[in-house]
Amino acid sequence: MKIFRRNLMRPTRPTAPADVVSDPIHVRIRDLHKSYDDHHVLRGVSLDIHRGKTNLIIGPSGSGKSVLMRQLIRLEKPDSGEILVNGVDFAQLSGLALDNGRRTFGMVFQMSALFDSMSVFDNVAFPLREHTDMSRKEIRARVMERLAGLGIASAARKMPSELSGGMQKRVAVARAMIVESEILIYDEPTTGLDPITTEMVDDLITEAEDLFGVTSVVISHDMASVVRIADHLNFLHQGQIAATGTPEELLHSDHPATAEFIRASRISLE
Amino acid sequence: MTDAAPTASSSSREDRVQRGLRAARDWVLRLLLAPFVEVGALFRLLTESLFWAVRPPFRGRLFVSAMEFIGIGSLFIVSLTALFVGGVLALQLVDGFRDFGAENQTGAVIGLALAREVGPVFAALMVTSRAGSAMTTELGSMRVTNQIDALVSMAVNPVQYLVVPRLVAGFVMVPVLTMLFDVVGVFGAFCVAVFLLGLDPGVFMDRLQWLVDWDDVSQGLIKAMVFGVVVSLIACRQGFYAKGGAAGVGRATNRSVVHSAIAILMLDYLVTSLVLGEGFL
Repeated sequence: MKIFRRNLMRPTRPTAPADVVSDPIHVRIRDLHKSYDDHHVLRGVSLDIHRGKTNLIIGPSGSGKSVLMRQLIRLEKPDSGEILVNGVDFAQLSGLALDNGRRTFGMVFQMSALFDSMSVFDNVAFPLREHTDMSRKEIRARVMERLAGLGIASAARKMPSELSGGMQKRVAVARAMIVESEILIYDEPTTGLDPITTEMVDDLITEAEDLFGVTSVVISHDMASVVRIADHLNFLHQGQIAATGTPEELLHSDHPATAEFIRASRISLE
Repeated sequence: MTDAAPTASSSSREDRVQRGLRAARDWVLRLLLAPFVEVGALFRLLTESLFWAVRPPFRGRLFVSAMEFIGIGSLFIVSLTALFVGGVLALQLVDGFRDFGAENQTGAVIGLALAREVGPVFAALMVTSRAGSAMTTELGSMRVTNQIDALVSMAVNPVQYLVVPRLVAGFVMVPVLTMLFDVVGVFGAFCVAVFLLGLDPGVFMDRLQWLVDWDDVSQGLIKAMVFGVVVSLIACRQGFYAKGGAAGVGRATNRSVVHSAIAILMLDYLVTSLVLGEGFL
């Protein structure tokens, strides 16, 4: 009756070889294209995601940021191009290999995407119940530790609808980090939040990076957050990376669209 | 110059007419192809569900939860409608049969009608209106708020997690609800026929037992299994691929109920023809 063991077909997180882990580039995206009918959204995106750093992808609305995110975590299959994660082309994976690959990533969605039929505790415990053989006691300890670390232990029994936007975001971060993924992707994490909660979410992203050594990919058009947390910036314009570099380099970029975007957001390093 | 202006004007008018004709042609084609596209999408989801149904992990808790929602949750509404449907059948048949002195056959005809047709069709329609619409709304809300994407991002197959338990629950629970409908319907008919219209209770039950046998009941149960899968499949398909925010979920729920009702009545004829071996073109 071995076939009925729950973990028989369970995806296992791939472990990268030592030489790959020492590579400072965690993800290499090369010449990525994606179209919807006649609408060519990504037109040859190439960029590097730096290991253990906060990598931001910024750009105006409609530039293809969210579409790029959906290709990166393979919610959609790109039309062409490469997504090399630890040297493996994620764009070409399918089936169980793709599920294994997805476990490299944790995802914080724009609207948190918490399961509204489950409590906060069950939301955060979900990936552990699905992908590990941990006992109930171990799961409880790990979840409560993570919730306490994010200051939301008292909300463990609440339903997502009973939480504020900021608290929902923290729960989403806790859920994304609970299986200790290598790469955390945040899709517009501060959209619709007040300035204090925005700063708190920014701190959360940098804390996750410091505490767990994860690589962060943040998709945003909130320039104040960008300047606060970014190690590396990529400016996406009309489906292509128009400029890339440190925040300082991009703030002084002479690329017309980048300069115009930064001028319009009235941000300076000071 | 004087010649060129009318030429340009008539050519632009021709362009507009041709664009209008192309748009009208595309609209008609879409309208004609829509049912085939829908049936194709349903078969695709069914195939994917069958593929994932036999692959671990098997989440027993989700199956029990779906069966509780579709089955236990529908007990009251199915019993209530069965009581009144049985009652009204008795009223109509006793009134009709009295004209030629055949009211003693009321129990037999009601039993046959309930077991073969009325039970499975009404039970499936009640499940559609109560559980089918709720399933579409739930999955639709999950889709438009990225909860299904969140499942995928956590390496959990959403068809296996969300659709398979609901299909299995429909397949198992609609026949159970059909049997309940049959029993409560007969009870309702018995009460009306015996206590209100003065039929002999012994004759009512004797005629019922004489005419209705296991083949009649099994015919109804086969239909109920088909309806159970189809109702769940349509509800899941509409919710799973919903788009367009809250309004889109509303439209999907509406389509789910309408498509399910049509499918139940069409499949009723098809399955009856197959079981009886007649009634084809």
